[in-house]
Amino acid sequence: MTVDKATVARIAHLARIAVPQARQEPLAGDLNRILQWVEQLNQVDTDNVLPMTSVAAMKMRWRADEVTDGDRRADVLANAPLAEHGFFAVPKVIE
Amino acid sequence: MTGLTKLTLAAARDGLAAGDFSARELTEAHLAAMADARALGAFITETPERALEMAGAADAARAAGEAGPLCGLPIAVKDLFCTKGILTTAGSHILDGFTPPYESTVTANLWRDGAVLLGKLNLDEFAMGSSNETSFFGPVENPWRPKGDTRSFVPGGSSGGSAAAVAAHLALAATGTDTGGSIRQPAAFTGTVGIKPTYGRCSRWGIIAFASSLDQAGVFGRTVRDAAIVLGSMAGLDAKDSTSADIPVPDFEAALDGGVKGLRVGVPREYRRAGMPGEIAALWERGAAWFREAGAEIVEISLPHTDYALAAYYIIAPAEASSNLARYDGVRYGLRVPGEDLISMYENTRVEGFGAEVTRRVLIGTYALSAGYYDAYYLKAQKVRSLIARDFEQAYEAVDVILTPTTPTPAFAMGEKSDDPIAMYLNDVFTVPA
Repeated sequence: MTVDKATVARIAHLARIAVPQARQEPLAGDLNRILQWVEQLNQVDTDNVLPMTSVAAMKMRWRADEVTDGDRRADVLANAPLAEHGFFAVPKVIE
Repeated sequence: MTGLTKLTLAAARDGLAAGDFSARELTEAHLAAMADARALGAFITETPERALEMAGAADAARAAGEAGPLCGLPIAVKDLFCTKGILTTAGSHILDGFTPPYESTVTANLWRDGAVLLGKLNLDEFAMGSSNETSFFGPVENPWRPKGDTRSFVPGGSSGGSAAAVAAHLALAATGTDTGGSIRQPAAFTGTVGIKPTYGRCSRWGIIAFASSLDQAGVFGRTVRDAAIVLGSMAGLDAKDSTSADIPVPDFEAALDGGVKGLRVGVPREYRRAGMPGEIAALWERGAAWFREAGAEIVEISLPHTDYALAAYYIIAPAEASSNLARYDGVRYGLRVPGEDLISMYENTRVEGFGAEVTRRVLIGTYALSAGYYDAYYLKAQKVRSLIARDFEQAYEAVDVILTPTTPTPAFAMGEKSDDPIAMYLNDVFTVPA
């Protein structure tokens, strides 16, 4: 499995990062070296081993399904690069 | 009163209680030291006004007989903890101007107990790095360097600002976070004490997330006692973090007097690596000798999957990071770079906002989680992780604690490893498993 320039462009788009053409080749090199190094995991026999799903052996706590906070529109919008009429504003998505 | 920055946190606490000096004097001494040491780059944001206000409140609380456990003690906070009304950057350009409207649980606990905030500390961008050279705000310099060497050395990372500030006596203690070694490695590089507590001991609420199944808050101090005192205030159950542990917080400071007689100390044979520098091996052996002299028993143990921990980490942590960092899209906070449509606005914002190392890790994580590769990389790594955890569980049946070197090498010079991501990653070989 080798990562080429086209793969970098594809995953960069999936990650929503506009990686410029000129950086795609060096990044492909970096990613290949990292992935080749990670290949060593294939030396480990993991048949009949369950993947880790919880760091500490603990049960998730439940809480009542009720509102615990609210009325914070100004706080929520305070850091927005652009807010209009009490909403986050983004470029037009529907014509 | 410059002598005040020479005190340990415990001695400063006792001096305040005895009325030898005020919280204001203690805070002013630290603010002056910070101003003199700006060349280190340890702080991203200094908060002198807030510090003096909190110190004044601490002196008033003490006069009223309401001093908390950390009353009037000036400390500094890694800039990954959200602080209400104070710029919080995560060392990244993408959070440009972000001023949280809330306070992280850990820092709220510190202020509840009377601590004084000196400022926000530099770190690797989004806590991704082992040298504090990936910060958008510039590198941090280690206050120490080898005798006769004129080069600048790294303080380690990602909590490099925390380590440097405590080592240079700019703060009595500092918070940090540790995902794969980000407290322990910089503590080792600066001759300070750093602890990553067990996952769940400190709430992660309000800490900017890197890899949620590994991130944990901890503390830097100049002595073990100082670290124990501050950790006691930071720790505890928090309803806002569903992974925070519902286990009572012991009195860590009181536990220091217990001694180590009869303690079984494990030394893992896999950590004895070919090519380990003599000074690291010698320090490790000296640590074991101290334990032996104090009546502990040294037991050789095996952690057979040690060699694979780092590779598993560099799949799991980037995978979680790629998911956690998806939220930085130029809509709700921070940087926005316009584009011709919504998608290109996201893409332009993220390419400008993320540095090289963060981009690399987000891409690795995206790749490892993408269709067709998930089983080969992410699932495989999570299975190996189960085996690593099993190694430790089995080891702890035979021993009470495990003694290892923190890093495979001493602190390195700035720029020495920054061109080779894998060489940099290898610095975490001993810290990543825990």
